[in-house]
This record gives sequence, structure tokens and C-alpha cells, in this order.
Amino acid sequence: MPGLGTSFGRGGATTFVQDLANSDCILIEGSNFAECHPVAFRFVMQAKERGAKIIHVDPRFTRTSAVADVYAPIRSGTDIVFLGALIAWMLKNERYFKEYVAAFTNASFLVREDFVDTEELDGLFSGWQDGSDPSAHAQDRGSIAGMGKDGALSAPGRYDPATWAFDTEEVPRFDGAGTIRIPKRDETLANPRCVINVLRRHFARYTPEMVEDVCGTPRESFFEIANLLADNSGRERTTAFAYAVGWTQHTVGVQYIRTAAILQTLLGNMGRPGGGIMALRGHANIQGATDIPTLYDLLPGYLPMPSALRDEGTLSDYIASARKPTGWWSNTSKYIVSLLKAYYGDAATADNDFCFAYLPQIAGDYSALPTQMSMKDGFVDGYFVIGQNPASSGLNAEMARAALERLEWMVVLDAYETETASFWKREGVDPASIGTEMFFIPTATVLEKEGTMVNTNRLLQWHDRALAPAGDARSDLFFFYELGKRLKALYAGSTDPKDRPILDLTWDYDSDDAHERAIGEPSATKVLHEINGYYTAPGRSRDQSPQVAAFADLADDGTTAAGCWIYTGVYPDKTNNRARSRTGDDSTSLAWGFAWPANRRMLYNRASADPDGKPWSERKKYMYWDEDAGRWAGPDVPDFPATKSPHEPAKPGATGIDAHSGADPFIMQLDGRAQLFVPASLKDGPLPAHYEPLESPVENELYAQQNNPTLREWDRRDNAYNGTDTDEFPYVMTTYRLTEQSGIMTRYVPWLAELQPALFAEIDPELAVIRGIRNGEWMTVVTKLGEIEARALVSGRMRPLRLGKGRRVHTIGVPYNYGTFGNAVGDSVGQLIPLMMDPNVSIHEAKTTTCNVRAGRRSGYEAAERPADQAVPADEKRPHGSSQAHGADGGRR
Amino acid sequence: MAVKPAIDLTTVLSRAFSKLRIPERVGPLPNVESKRTRALAGRTRGAKAVTSVCPYCAVGCSTLAYVSDEGKLLDVEGNPESPINAGHLCPKGSAIFGLTVNEARWTTVKYRAPFASEWEDKPLDWALERIAARFKATRDKTFVRTSDDGKRLNHTLGIASLGGATFGVEENYLLQKLFKSAGVVSVENQARI
Repeated sequence: MPGLGTSFGRGGATTFVQDLANSDCILIEGSNFAECHPVAFRFVMQAKERGAKIIHVDPRFTRTSAVADVYAPIRSGTDIVFLGALIAWMLKNERYFKEYVAAFTNASFLVREDFVDTEELDGLFSGWQDGSDPSAHAQDRGSIAGMGKDGALSAPGRYDPATWAFDTEEVPRFDGAGTIRIPKRDETLANPRCVINVLRRHFARYTPEMVEDVCGTPRESFFEIANLLADNSGRERTTAFAYAVGWTQHTVGVQYIRTAAILQTLLGNMGRPGGGIMALRGHANIQGATDIPTLYDLLPGYLPMPSALRDEGTLSDYIASARKPTGWWSNTSKYIVSLLKAYYGDAATADNDFCFAYLPQIAGDYSALPTQMSMKDGFVDGYFVIGQNPASSGLNAEMARAALERLEWMVVLDAYETETASFWKREGVDPASIGTEMFFIPTATVLEKEGTMVNTNRLLQWHDRALAPAGDARSDLFFFYELGKRLKALYAGSTDPKDRPILDLTWDYDSDDAHERAIGEPSATKVLHEINGYYTAPGRSRDQSPQVAAFADLADDGTTAAGCWIYTGVYPDKTNNRARSRTGDDSTSLAWGFAWPANRRMLYNRASADPDGKPWSERKKYMYWDEDAGRWAGPDVPDFPATKSPHEPAKPGATGIDAHSGADPFIMQLDGRAQLFVPASLKDGPLPAHYEPLESPVENELYAQQNNPTLREWDRRDNAYNGTDTDEFPYVMTTYRLTEQSGIMTRYVPWLAELQPALFAEIDPELAVIRGIRNGEWMTVVTKLGEIEARALVSGRMRPLRLGKGRRVHTIGVPYNYGTFGNAVGDSVGQLIPLMMDPNVSIHEAKTTTCNVRAGRRSGYEAAERPADQAVPADEKRPHGSSQAHGADGGRR
Repeated sequence: MAVKPAIDLTTVLSRAFSKLRIPERVGPLPNVESKRTRALAGRTRGAKAVTSVCPYCAVGCSTLAYVSDEGKLLDVEGNPESPINAGHLCPKGSAIFGLTVNEARWTTVKYRAPFASEWEDKPLDWALERIAARFKATRDKTFVRTSDDGKRLNHTLGIASLGGATFGVEENYLLQKLFKSAGVVSVENQARI
């Protein structure tokens, strides 16, 4: 989530769902909140009952729209135009929160003189280096030769972000020891190079007329929404934004979030009650699986994975590269050393760099989609799939299945037979031709095991075990613990240095309970003890060691171990599991679960008070400076040093947050401020710009540049794109989820199958007439990758949009929940969507592609007809990461 | 405090209902009640209520799983004490019972030999041993110590892993600790796909 991370400092929802009830206005966009997160939606309804205005902007009219005060339709893939026009309108009409913006953002910073905006370069920023220029790939250190458009992962070029930076000036250091350069500011905001003036020019072409022409959103709706947002922001009132994957699954996904972040910052809603940006995440522990990342480019707590491309070969190289001199990330060394101590125990010492060299180095993009492509080409031998189902929910799902055929072996951990586990007996293939050795390990469901999951607002909640797992089913914890024990045994006695990390791994989670031990179930409690962190001493076990109470106590000298520093505090002593704390209240519920970091429920909450530490208004009082007590007070844990006075001056040259003043609320940032302009950390620009999706029925009205110039694609015969062929593929296709289904976890449940039994596709009545499709009958959706069939749902919830130049665009909506197994079945829409990725986080664009539709059922699945199954010539095959192309070093935070 | 959220009616009602007792009499005489009615009780009466979390979306609704003395799951309901869901559950959350207790569930280890046309049941221990052996063999075969330009890599691209968002924090922790230490770097989950 670098959209939020680069803007504010942390990649997580900035508020908590209960606080939505305090909003005066809630903009829901990129989310069907009422249907996808129905129980949290009650706080939206509470706000509405108390007079708040609810706005829903979405390609479909849904049950969220039905209860909104304002519903505005939008063409999928154009939200940056809509939000950008709101930014331009707020600036032009002087409706932004001026005191907030002046004090808490980088609005007054001067952008370098040689920065050139998209205005001048017709859709590109300065620093563009064409892919054909070999110097553009100097950083890649890989051979780019032969990486043609029809080969492996490619992008047309990349940016050198050197000009996306601030002018600096020399000031005396706080300790008098010489001078230091800091960003230059003009507090009068008169200088045309001030960030706020750069913003004005950048967004000037994002007009209400453009919104109408590009988004298809009526001008009146735009004005109504703009006024509601402005009227409900400022000292006395606050507006919250809520989004989900409708904003992220795009080749400009990160910049969608950036646009929202800029708008919410200008409106002064960040860090304030009833404000913020609520990122609604889809899976029960998706936040937790990002914090403790089963992701290739991160280590726990958002530490970057060591990269050979960044020359992070030694601990000191790594710290030099990952640490930031000012802001909270100045503590990086403490967190990486504590992690290494948690991993390797007594083997990790100051003399051996705390075993830093045990960690593998990345040298390319090994994320899921490049891995799928690499697997298809035969470069992956063994695969673990745990509670996920790429053969059904994967992109280019038929290719995902074909890729599994190339594996030597594969392990599936699940509670049910999945399309992935039994891919080798799917329709139209002969199992006798597939050599993949398959293992299915039955897993416990949530009720059959204990442990922690992290909800959408960073809240760690422990679940107790209600009953024993059925049959041979075991927790996933059991499986990985056993695999580790067996690998240690297999490698025992090895003298090969490559095996030392396995042999030295601390791996002692045996349960203290005799029955658990008998069936091999490890202790999740002990794992959480280690994640929280403890004080180390040579020869002393974790179980004998005192716990660390707060991440501020972690050290970089090897005296502390912690598996994920942002969770430190969840288990402050061996018997106090704060994730299991269950005392709720009607305010912030600080004793219900534990929210990272440090149990703060609302991030950046220092901004709920003005620069002097006083509440912006009595109505929106939250955290404030208690002069008598000499500390920050309020209903939450301050996201700020508890006793740092608001009047504390900045100390240029000081380390960490001492460099910030007492009025700089964004402690993770270098300068303590929200970033309207993000210098040099995103790969596609310091400001958001609208580009059309890779597959779009229209040309980009804003710039000559059609698509995100840094998006990454695989244009090859088994991953064919529809492109802009509007004759063959004239319609926009968007995908979504249903309330009653998730995937394999619901399709076998009879009650849910009764509620949502089978796949359907939604089309508008006008298109139904054009294509001769009748409600309730079969229809077929077609892309270059093939066809799926669905029951037609013809309804006014989908509406054709009128764009500029008299264009009329129809949108098809297809749910993403189905597959061939279970009681509720249907084709997988993922079969129709080719692989493509954004440059920052390697996310795909399943929310906006193009298609055609016709009445009737699809043809059968004969192998020869499946484009995704086709063989690719050997010279087009590349293992993942080998291109080391654009952005291969992974996004930073 | 200005930010105190109002308690909605449903929260009040669900809390009240959780403590509700039906009066034994309305008026001077005891309510008429048959022996059979007196002997009846809700199926969760007296059952152990275990606090859990809904495994579907990321809102994090708290649940109560009612379990009989024999360890049998009786019902799953929303936890009225939770400040997040106050006893409510959506259709998916209300069907957690059917996720756990379901005839279609696979509860034995299954194995499919290369080119075979059916699954066969295998002992858990046998499968774990064989998976570990295959892991080691593939790792040893595909391990890359250095890049072409001599930088230490110590990784393998021959093994990959997918999944993480549907299971717990502790489980993700052990997975990534083991796999990354073994040099497996293509470790991914639902977060970006």
C-alpha cells in the first residue's frame, strides 16, 4: 500500500471502522461497502442516521448506492480524473483547509526548477528514459537484450526520478556543528514552484467538463459531491473516504490512492475523528499477511527484503540503504537486528553481522504474476498453495492451470478440494499426460485452531480454539513447524554454508500442553511471544526470557529479539496477550484487541489538534496537548511522542523524529509532514496522472500518453491483450464480489449456495436489446483469452455512459467468486483477464478490461481452443525476475 | 468527549437480548407452561461458548462458537460484546458452521502420483516426510549462490509459495521464517492478486 505509505508514512488504513460513525460525510468509491463489508457498514449507517451525507461513486448501482444520499456513475478506470477534478476544484475555489495544509503538509516546499510536469510533456514527467536507451537500465544490471515485446515481462521505459525532488537550502545544525541542507520553503505560498502551485497547474486540466467526457459522470453530480466534501471538511466537520480493491486493481492503482490522499490532505481530514482513509481489505488476515509478509520483497514490519540490485550485501550496506536519517525509520537497524536475533538466536552475533548473510537476496520481481508466467515456462519445480486457489481465482486462470502442469510437485493446504488441487482432472485434459506429483494436506478451520488475525484497521484479534480439528486436519502452523523440523533433520550434519540458515534457525514451539504435543500441534502462543520480542542472553531460551514491552525498547546490539517490530507490545509479558483482550466500549475500545503500532487506533492523530496542540474545534476534539500534565491526552494512544510539546522547535541535523518540530504529525516521514508531492519514491510519478487502462475502448483525452508508461506487460500468445480494438471488444468489463460468496470457503456451504447459486453477469437493458440477450438466459462473455458463460442479469443497475465526442460505453459486471467445485458453481471470470502489472506493487488490472458479449452458451473446452494453454517458443521463455526489468527492485514501503 | 460514537438501536437491542429473562408470571398466577415446554431448552443452553473471529472478510467480526461437552460444534453466532460487530454477522459469517461441519470437507491426506488419474489417501506422516524430501532435493538442485556479476544471492527460484491472507499471523510468521531462511524468495499471498 505505497499510495498511503508514501503520502502519510504507513501502508495501512488510517482510521478504524467504528470511527466512521463520527463522520459528517463519507465518500465511498472503489468499494461496494454495503455488500462486501456489510457489518462495518453499520457505522456508515449510524453516521447517516446522525445526519451525515453518504456519497457513492461506482460503475454499478449497488446496495451501497441505494442508501447513499448521492450516487454518481463512473466509467471503471477513470477515478483519477474524478478525484483530480475535485482537487482542482478545491484549489480553484479556495475550499481547502488552509491552516491544516500550511502546517501539516509539504505545500510550501519548493520543487526543483528542472522538474517538468505532465502538462509540458503531454503525459510524461521529466526523467523519462526510453526502454531502447541502454543507459536507462544501468540499475538493472541484467541483460535487457532480447526482451522484446513478444518475450518476457516488458515495459516501454522507466523514469530517473532525480528531478522529482525539493530545492534545498543550507541551515545551521541544531548543535552548532556546521550546517545541513533541508528542503526550501516559502510559507507565503507565493512562489510558483511551491508544491501547492505545482498541484494547481498539474490538475488544471482536470475539469468538470473532463469528468463528464472521460468518466461519464454527470456534471451536476460532480458539483454536488464537490460541495458536500468542502462543506463537510474543515475545523468543525470531517469527511472520511472508504475504498477497496476497486481502486487498487489497476495499472495505475497506487496513484488512485495517492489522488485520494492528496484530496483528503487538502481537506484537512487526516488524523482527525470522522476523517481519514479507510482501506477495506478483503481477507480475514490480509493486513497481517502484509505486516508479517508472505510477500517476496518485504521482511516483517515493512523492512525491505535485501536486494542485490541495491547492493545490500552486508548488514551495514543494508542499513545504509534502508534507514532514513530523519523520521521513525532512523531506527531501522534496531528492527533488522532484532529480527535476525529472532530468526537465528545465539548464532547471530555482532561479530557475524547477526547472520545477515543468511537471508537470501532478491534480484528481480518474484511476485505472484511473474512467478505464474515463469512456472508456465517450466522454471519452477515445486509449489506450495495454502488457502489460495489460482486455478479458479487467478488471472488468466487457464494459463495458471497450464502452469501447474509444468511443476514436478505441488502441495495444497486446504479444507476442501479446490480447482487448484485437482487441476489435473479438469474438463478437457488427460491426467495421464500430467506429471505433477500432488499432495493435499487437510487443514483446520478457524474454529479448530488458535491464533491471531489482523483486521482491516490493523487490529490484532486472537481466536481461541473451539474444537479439535476433524480427522487428519491440522493447523497450517503444524504443517510449517513439521516441515521445518524435518528439513533440519534432513540437513543435519551438512557442512555446506547454504544449509547453515536452516540448521541455525530457532525452531522451538512445542506446546506445553500434553495432548497438543502428542498430536504435534505447536504453540501459537510461543510464536506470538517471539513476534512480540524478548530480551536475549546467550544460552537463555525464549521461554525463559522477559518480553519486550514496546518497540521503543528494541536495540541494535543483539540484546533484543523481535519477529515483527510493529507488533511489539501485543505480548508485553509472558501471560498478557493483548490480542486476546476483550473489553469493548463505545469509544476507541483500546482494551479490545491490540492495534499496531503501539495500540494506536487512529493514525497520525496528532493532526487532530492544531499546531499549538489545541483541538481544531470542540466538535472534533480528539487528541490534544494537556499543558498541565505536559503530555498528549485524549481517547486514543497518541501517534506522537507522548510528552513532546507542540511548541518544540525542529532541530535540523538531529536524528529521527528529534529533527521534527512538535507540530509535525506524520512521524514516519522524513520531514514529519503529509506529502502532497511525493519526491522520488514511486515509479510512475510524484503526482497522479490519468492514463487509460491497458484495455480500454477509448483514447486518453488528457494526454497523448495512452497508458501508464511504466506499466508492465507480457504481450505473448498465451496472454493476449484486447488492446484498444473496439470493433471486436467494444465493452468495458469490471469484476466484483458477492455478499454471500467468497470462493472455495463458501461454495461448498449449502446455505450460501442457496442464496447465490451460480454465476451471472450484469448488463444494462440497452445492451441487452443490442445483443439480443434476455434476462435469466445464458450469455457468453468473450475476450482474446477465451469465453465464459453466465446467466444474464439485465438491470438498470448497469447503465450506459455518455462520454465526450458522442461515445457511448457499456459496462459488463461479472462476479469473481465462482469455479467448478462446490455447490455454487460457474465459470471463472479470471480466465478472461490477461496478466499485466502496475510498476510499484505488481498489482494487476482485474477491475477494468474489455470484452464482447453474445447470447447463448460458450463452446466446450477443447485443449486446442485455449489460447492460454498454447506452447510458447523456447526463446520467449524467461524465469521470473530474470528480465530484472523496470521496478524489479521492488517497491519501497 | 466529542467523538464518542452513539450506540445504535441494534447494539442496544442485541445487548439487551443477551441478558433477557422471560418473567415467570404476568399477573397474579404463574404462566401456563406444559411439562414438555419446561423441559425444552435452546440447543446452545449450557454449552461452552468459545470466542473466535470470522475467517471471511477483513472487518474482524467476533464470533461465539458453542461447543457441547462431547466437543461437538453446535452453533456459531456473533459476539454481542464486540465493539466491531455487536453480535451481528453477515450471510458468510452466519454460515461458519457449514464451513467447519460439512460432508464435502476433505479431512484425510491425499496423494496423486505423477500421471495418475485419481487421488489416494495416505498417512499424514508419510506425506510430510516425502514433501520435506522433495523440498530438499529441489532446493539443492536449484540453489543459486551468486549472480552472474558475483553478488551473493543464496536463493532458489525453483520453489514458490502462494497464500497467507486466509490464515493466521503466527502461521505466516513460521512460513516466511522457514522459507526465506531456506532461500525460497518467491513467497506471495493474496495481497497483490
